Amino acid sequence: MDAPVVELRNVSKHFGEGPTRVDALRDVSLDVHPGTVVGLRGPSGSGKSTLLNVIGCILEPNAGTMRLNGELVYDGRWLRPDLRGLRLEKIGFIFQSHNLLPFLNAWENVAIARTLAGATLARAKARALELLNYLGVEHRKDAMPGQLSGGEAQRIAIARALANDPRIVLADEPTAALDSQRAGAVMDLLRKVATERRTAVIVVTHDEKIFDRFDHIHLLRDGALEAMQAQAA
Amino acid sequence: MNLALKDIGHNLGRFLLTCLGLSLLLGIVLAMIGIYRGLIQESLGLVRAADVQVWVVEGGTRGPFAEASRVPGDMREAIAAQWGVAAAGAVAYQNVEAQHRGATKRLLVVGAQIAKPGEAPSVTAGRAILRSRYEAIADASAGLALGERITLGRDSFTVVGLTRDLVASGGDPVVFITLRDAQKLQFDLAPAAARREAARATAAAGSTDTVNAILVRLLPGVDPQRFVREIARWKHLSAYTQAEQETILSRSVIERARRQIGLFTSLLLVVSTVIIGLIIYTMTIDKKKSIATLKLIGAPDRRIIGLIVQQALAMGLISFAAGAALINATHGLFPRRLVLEPADAVTLFGIVLVVCLIASGLGVRTALKIDPASALAG
Ligand SMILES: Nc1ncnc2c1ncn2[C@@H]1O[C@H](COP(=O)(O)OP(=O)(O)OP(=O)(O)O)[C@@H](O)[C@H]1O
Ligand SMILES: [Mg+2]
Repeated sequence: MDAPVVELRNVSKHFGEGPTRVDALRDVSLDVHPGTVVGLRGPSGSGKSTLLNVIGCILEPNAGTMRLNGELVYDGRWLRPDLRGLRLEKIGFIFQSHNLLPFLNAWENVAIARTLAGATLARAKARALELLNYLGVEHRKDAMPGQLSGGEAQRIAIARALANDPRIVLADEPTAALDSQRAGAVMDLLRKVATERRTAVIVVTHDEKIFDRFDHIHLLRDGALEAMQAQAA
Repeated sequence: MNLALKDIGHNLGRFLLTCLGLSLLLGIVLAMIGIYRGLIQESLGLVRAADVQVWVVEGGTRGPFAEASRVPGDMREAIAAQWGVAAAGAVAYQNVEAQHRGATKRLLVVGAQIAKPGEAPSVTAGRAILRSRYEAIADASAGLALGERITLGRDSFTVVGLTRDLVASGGDPVVFITLRDAQKLQFDLAPAAARREAARATAAAGSTDTVNAILVRLLPGVDPQRFVREIARWKHLSAYTQAEQETILSRSVIERARRQIGLFTSLLLVVSTVIIGLIIYTMTIDKKKSIATLKLIGAPDRRIIGLIVQQALAMGLISFAAGAALINATHGLFPRRLVLEPADAVTLFGIVLVVCLIASGLGVRTALKIDPASALAG
């Protein structure tokens, strides 16, 4: 098996101090390998989003170490000054509410990520159209986000997450707003991305309908990871 | 891909509406600067039109444009006889309300001697005053036609010539008549008590010959400063060079206008700053989620600052252009002369750009504080 792209060792994260202190993550150790689709589940408030944000370098942990794509990025402190640059190149985000920029049309929403990474507009557009085609929404390329259905918007958002060929895709409840058929379609897409592009996909979900779509599901309870359940993919 | 323009395009209506409001404000600022320039031109116009080097006025005063100045009329002969004098002319100024075609007109009536300094400069239509009584030359802004008659005091005058752009510092059109007519007018319009007083004085001294200033044209090569020093030694007289007279005029008349217009201009610019600032701020708040998303994807701060500052600058640019166009198109309709100088427009444009930068500060501060993680929440 390939070396993991995400490696967490004894990562802890707490919010607040004293009586209001919340231990959102306790001693979490986790490996995610390229080409796999991994689920994170657990009760509300168990720390799923916190874990995803730590992996996405949006939240700074309080202890432990973290490697992304083999690079040690956290060891008691951030080791890279340019976390946004790291996110831009290595990590793609998919949100429950799509978060498409309302003032850009579909293909521009995808291309923006590519231009931020330094591509010319022409190249970024070509890449965006290729991804929209790949995800089956090329016919909606000129639509504004407000005109897209939930499923279409979600696929545009996935295309944007993939624009810079990230090693890691992080998705926080990407199917919560979709019916089971569309939720399944999104999971199929993420699976396709993982296998064809060797991307590590981490999905937070409450959605029992899609539990059978993961290579592994990690269960979080009170900030701690419980025994890993392997699933037949 | 310019995010600022895309976002503007997405909210075009609101953006243009704001620009429209701002353009009116900036148009008013431009108009006020134009009025101020016009004021200077207008009020100096009359003084400059005389084309003299020295103004002789009542001793201890700063001349007829700043305060009351009364000089005995016979001083003109004494001054004309001085060495170095090419010509000297006595003038009398008087603000008059005249009834004309059923409307009340405020005029500045200038009494001057025929073919002497102070008489009407070249006319644009008609001819100069030739007869010593009852002829007038009016500025075009008075709305009088050649050959028309106008009653000033108890006498009726025929308009024989027209001038252009000659108005008092208050904007009142100038009408020239002969000095003799002007002195009669002064007497006619004085309150009854003052008239009796004057009549007694006349009986005693034999003269109502008072003028407001004597304008002196010097021979080529004569130093006006030196001539002024000579006159200063005379009793009851003061003298100023043309430049000094212009400075006095701008100090007394224009300075106050400058302060008023300066105050309103600064206030309007502050209001514009606040408006641009608030609009940019609300536009930023509306984009909170987008900005968080951009940060999350990995957009550097300078892209986000650029987005906000560019929008502020675009707002200033469009508003200024629209305001300037508006004033250019309508400046003929203003009740005062508007003098639009390119240099003023360029300066104001620079100020507007600075204002935009200041105004975008609040939006930029807000945008930089947005937490990228907030894009993930719901
Ligand atoms: N910024 C914060 N400040 C303080 N406490 C926080 C913050 N973010 C999360 N927490 C707390 O940390 C704990 C874990 O929160 P987290 O959002 O990770 O839960 P979750 O598993 O994603 O829950 P849900 O399923 O409801 O989304 C919760 O108790 C939450 O209240
Ligand atoms: Mg959550």
